[in-house]
Amino acid sequence: MSNANVQAVARYQNDFLREVEERVEEGHMVKMCMQCGVCAGSCPFGPDWEHSPQKIFMMIRAGKRDEVLGSDSMFMCTSCYSCIVRCPRELPITHIMHGLANYAHRLGLAPKGQPTREFATLFWNNLVKKGRVNELTLTLGHYFTNGLVSGIKTALGMQRIGLGLFLAKRLNPMEIFGGHGVKDLKGFHAIVAKAKEIEDRKKGFTA
Amino acid sequence: MAKKEYAFYPGCSSQLKASASNYLVSTNAMCKSLDIKLTEIPDWNCCGASVGYCEGGELPRIAINARNFAQAETHLPGQDIVATCAACWLGARESKERLDGSAQLMKETNEALAAAGLHYSGGANVRHMVEVLIEDFGYDGLKQPMKKSLEGIKFAGYVGCQTNRPFGIDGESFENPLYLDKMVETFGGEALTTYDQKVTCCGGALAFSEPEKSQKQIRDIVESAYDHGAEMIVTPCPLCQANVEVYQSEINKKQGTKFNMPVLYYSQLMTIAYGGSAKEAGLNGQLIRAEKLEKIAGK
Repeated sequence: MSNANVQAVARYQNDFLREVEERVEEGHMVKMCMQCGVCAGSCPFGPDWEHSPQKIFMMIRAGKRDEVLGSDSMFMCTSCYSCIVRCPRELPITHIMHGLANYAHRLGLAPKGQPTREFATLFWNNLVKKGRVNELTLTLGHYFTNGLVSGIKTALGMQRIGLGLFLAKRLNPMEIFGGHGVKDLKGFHAIVAKAKEIEDRKKGFTA
Repeated sequence: MAKKEYAFYPGCSSQLKASASNYLVSTNAMCKSLDIKLTEIPDWNCCGASVGYCEGGELPRIAINARNFAQAETHLPGQDIVATCAACWLGARESKERLDGSAQLMKETNEALAAAGLHYSGGANVRHMVEVLIEDFGYDGLKQPMKKSLEGIKFAGYVGCQTNRPFGIDGESFENPLYLDKMVETFGGEALTTYDQKVTCCGGALAFSEPEKSQKQIRDIVESAYDHGAEMIVTPCPLCQANVEVYQSEINKKQGTKFNMPVLYYSQLMTIAYGGSAKEAGLNGQLIRAEKLEKIAGK
């Protein structure tokens, strides 16, 4: 267990709701949920996850810390915002899901090998590297997440699409050598580092 | 002097030889006809997209968006920031609203920006290109430069998620937004107003990480377009465009369907209606060719 997690458990004892309110993005809105279930019925990936947002919110109030932070449900969010616009209590559900996923991920409690957790991490690291996303290295990085053999298989399976995009001038093999990026990369990195430092301190990730 | 000027935030996918480069090509042609001057925000960076949340957290995501605002405020003062990408618009506007609503967040964000000698004072207004077209020009205004009609083509207007929720276009409903249909009709095309997958999610970034689940969504979107008699799908979002076009061949391979439905941007339709060539409309960027549009362009 990570140090940050041990310290969070010690600090909040059994008050998981307070922990979420203080440390999770938009977590202060969780207590507004009235358990109507519209979010659960609106989610495009609803049939695929174990806990709907409605369940997650009730579990938070019930103090089910391990179950919530170990759930893969938050990673099923496609950011379609259907739940947000339909919620009668106007909870920013999408953002709370993102916030919970980030919190669980940073404390090391999110499910290992969860494909969206891995892809999302790859995506952020890819964009931070140059300040702009490199679609080629992002895609290849994703294909090769599960090792060389599986990566080659996936890449070969997708080669027709890749070739089509290349011929349509929507994919550039030369991006492998760098590709687009911001000019003031040093400044960009300094901003990201400073923002992360402030956030880590506030949310107890540095412990 | 151009009729309207905006600080332009093109976004990663629109860059040269990236997945939505044809969106930018057609946007440039469309804006030329409307006498819109787009000036790129100097040295803009990625918005973090929605999927950035997992590793990026809250403040780093907001701070990188604020870097773009600071650049726009300094170099293009008084101009609205306009994004063509749904995710860029959403990421930027969400960040802007959070910053507007919290002095604490603004303070922390500026602390981060100061590390690169930048400062954001809260001025920039963030808008989507479709908002600009509808609010600043109006359907009648958009019709003015029209030279050719898209008559005889049936379009399924696929609005998708992020240009529709949670912000959307002012005055439109989340469940049945009509602006895309109205745009199609403005240029003489037939809008299939009963198309029932108009606001269905294509899976977004999860098309990569959860391909089976996303392809189920995409299948619904394309199948319904066929069921309603559509010849083409039109969308305002680059991720919708890419997912719905690119994965049709995958779905055909796995599920034995025979999908071959072109997926276009509104800006491509408009470029053709304004008399632009197929190349100016970026039609050479389609994986599934839009032959009927090419024919109109060639007339």
